[in-house]
Amino acid sequence: MTTRTLDELSIGSRSIIVGIKANAPTKRRLQDLGFIKGAFVESLFRSPLGDPTAYKIKGTTIALRHEEANKILIE
Amino acid sequence: MGLTRTSVGIETITEIKNISKTNNQKIVALIGNPNVGKSSIFNTLTGMHQHTGNWPGKTVKIAIGSRKYNNTEYVFVDLPGCYSLSPNSPEEIVSRDFIYTQKSDVTVVVCDATSLERNLNLVLQIKEITDNVIVCLNLMDEAHKKKIHIDINKLSKLLRCPVIGTVAHKKEKVLRLIEVIESYVKEPDDDFEPLITYPEHIEKILSTLMSEQETKKSKSRADFLQALTINSINLPLEEHNLILDDISKTISEKAHIISKECVHKYSKNNDADLKIDKILTGKIFGFASMLLLLFFIFWITISGANYPSNLLSSLFTSLEEPLYSFLKHIKIPVIVCEMLVYGVYHILTWIVSVMLPPMAIFFPLFTLLEDVGYLPRIAFNLDKCFKNCSACGKQALTMCMGFGCNSAGVVGCRIINSPRERLIAILTNSFVPCNGRFPAIIALITMFFVSGTGTFLQNFMSALYLSLFILLGISATLFASKLLSKTFLKGIPSTFTLELPPYRKPQISKIIVHSIFDRTLFVLYRAIIIAAPAGLLIWLLANIQINNLAILSYISAFFDPIGKMMGLDGIIITAFILGFPANEIVLPLIIMMYLQNGILYDISNLSDIRNILITNGWTNVTAINTIIFMLFHWPCSTTCLTIRSETKSWKWTLLSIALPSLFGVLLCIAINIIF
Repeated sequence: MTTRTLDELSIGSRSIIVGIKANAPTKRRLQDLGFIKGAFVESLFRSPLGDPTAYKIKGTTIALRHEEANKILIE
Repeated sequence: MGLTRTSVGIETITEIKNISKTNNQKIVALIGNPNVGKSSIFNTLTGMHQHTGNWPGKTVKIAIGSRKYNNTEYVFVDLPGCYSLSPNSPEEIVSRDFIYTQKSDVTVVVCDATSLERNLNLVLQIKEITDNVIVCLNLMDEAHKKKIHIDINKLSKLLRCPVIGTVAHKKEKVLRLIEVIESYVKEPDDDFEPLITYPEHIEKILSTLMSEQETKKSKSRADFLQALTINSINLPLEEHNLILDDISKTISEKAHIISKECVHKYSKNNDADLKIDKILTGKIFGFASMLLLLFFIFWITISGANYPSNLLSSLFTSLEEPLYSFLKHIKIPVIVCEMLVYGVYHILTWIVSVMLPPMAIFFPLFTLLEDVGYLPRIAFNLDKCFKNCSACGKQALTMCMGFGCNSAGVVGCRIINSPRERLIAILTNSFVPCNGRFPAIIALITMFFVSGTGTFLQNFMSALYLSLFILLGISATLFASKLLSKTFLKGIPSTFTLELPPYRKPQISKIIVHSIFDRTLFVLYRAIIIAAPAGLLIWLLANIQINNLAILSYISAFFDPIGKMMGLDGIIITAFILGFPANEIVLPLIIMMYLQNGILYDISNLSDIRNILITNGWTNVTAINTIIFMLFHWPCSTTCLTIRSETKSWKWTLLSIALPSLFGVLLCIAINIIF
């Protein structure tokens, strides 16, 4: 299966996180919020201005900007 | 939110070092992810009124309160929320340091029962440092609604610590927590059995460190783990990052396994929240709903404040004569009588009748929005605007807090991780009017642009104009943020992550009781300690004469040129300067100074005041410029001191004064030239 980044996930669809490509602090921040390898993630809705986007992760809703979402690799 | 005893630090002790312990005291720390209800539990436990709200990052300071139970005094410490012990922002560092120094006898980790897995990360991290942990599963009612079942006994067994389910506003459930704490307090045991086994290479480092130690005072595994985490053993950065990665991975995996065993979900996601969010953050309704809500809140405030305002002011006016005669009757010299009645009494009653009602209505309404969970959606909607100004979307949250009180907004800026973006948010916070400035703006709008209150249309128009002025404040915030990030605070936007909490039913009765009593009493208190001496001072300035001219005339003549240039006058500027301790008193001071200059008027309603202002040369431009200067001038003294303590720098404090003042002065001059 090819890898994409989270920002490419269309609204309403789900995928599994396969990795995070970010510098150490950002990576840890994202992991603390639940964005870890193997976790299900769903893209929920976008801000009226197109960015950021809200994602469902581990039962919570987290908003990420495009810049962070494209560091998260998904299936 | 808002200017209360708490937000100005009267009730809250912020320094950890202030916690001293006597023999029959036990210190209990409350820690947990943001927005899981720590402060609500803290309030129920201690009977205090820490302000709570439905958004992550509400508590940024440590709050302390206590409760006696069976001859032991339990001192509860409410720590700011954090997602993990590797902190990202100043408020999270506070929590980590508190846990690392192990100042507490028991650490209660408050968890959100609806998202246990992520919350378990923090539980496990803390369990690695101390064994005296109690897990409090809060929001059990929400979990129940979402058909999530948690096997508490099993969780307790797997975590090897007591686990208790609570609902933050249900007192009896929270109080059971104290019983559990009482039965669980034990001597710290450094060699507790660890819950987690790390990958081989990390365990190897740990055992090497432990066998290497030569000092007599033996250190525990937890100490070494802590040393490894904060890298006090000086590993190369690259290697340290890999180790941290592996540690956090191991912990996440453990959290996943435990939650899989204990959490059973019987239905699919509750989609009601999602539907609401799709509307409130949608392309069409996202901004429309924000504007409508803003307008609606102002409209209720203006319509609702009208009646009590008139009632209070006619009551106070009718009491004035009897008070004066009474003072004369008890043989108080006429000069003192005049000083007390026309100086102190006038200004105090003014503040109570004109300033208080809008505040008392606006504040609970705003708290309501906060409680429901709408504020993070505002940050979500506006993030891109702030990002374009190289700032952080969370600044929208601190800006909203500024509507309540700029000082509280400045402290709230601790939720912003990047120091640069945090400074921008602090320096621009006073660009939106606080609760103390709203009533004056409302009064001026009512007097000059809709000629009165009362009818539906008049209130509607007042609310509309007010919304426009607020939008001007928001635009100025963005403009100033952009200006700062192009000049003094150059840089690119940093990372942004924001949790959007579920919508919650607000506890209306609690909001009303707390906000009205906490605020009404506090504002009255401030009015008395600040406005009374100011009223006295003005009376003296107006009545002490040098060369047959009152001192007040000299002062206002001094400021008159700059005032005139801005389309204002010397008296207005003088009032703004004297209003430095509290913006609430600026408009009353203006009126009072005009009254001292001329004949005494009877001021029982707004149209009388309008006449006074017009007699003193006010035009629509004067009114607009006064409103603009009310929006953009120096922050009040409390806010300035808060900015000083938050930035630890007089330089930034001065800039925070200069920036809005300069903006206001230039804008007023421009308007004056154009019209």
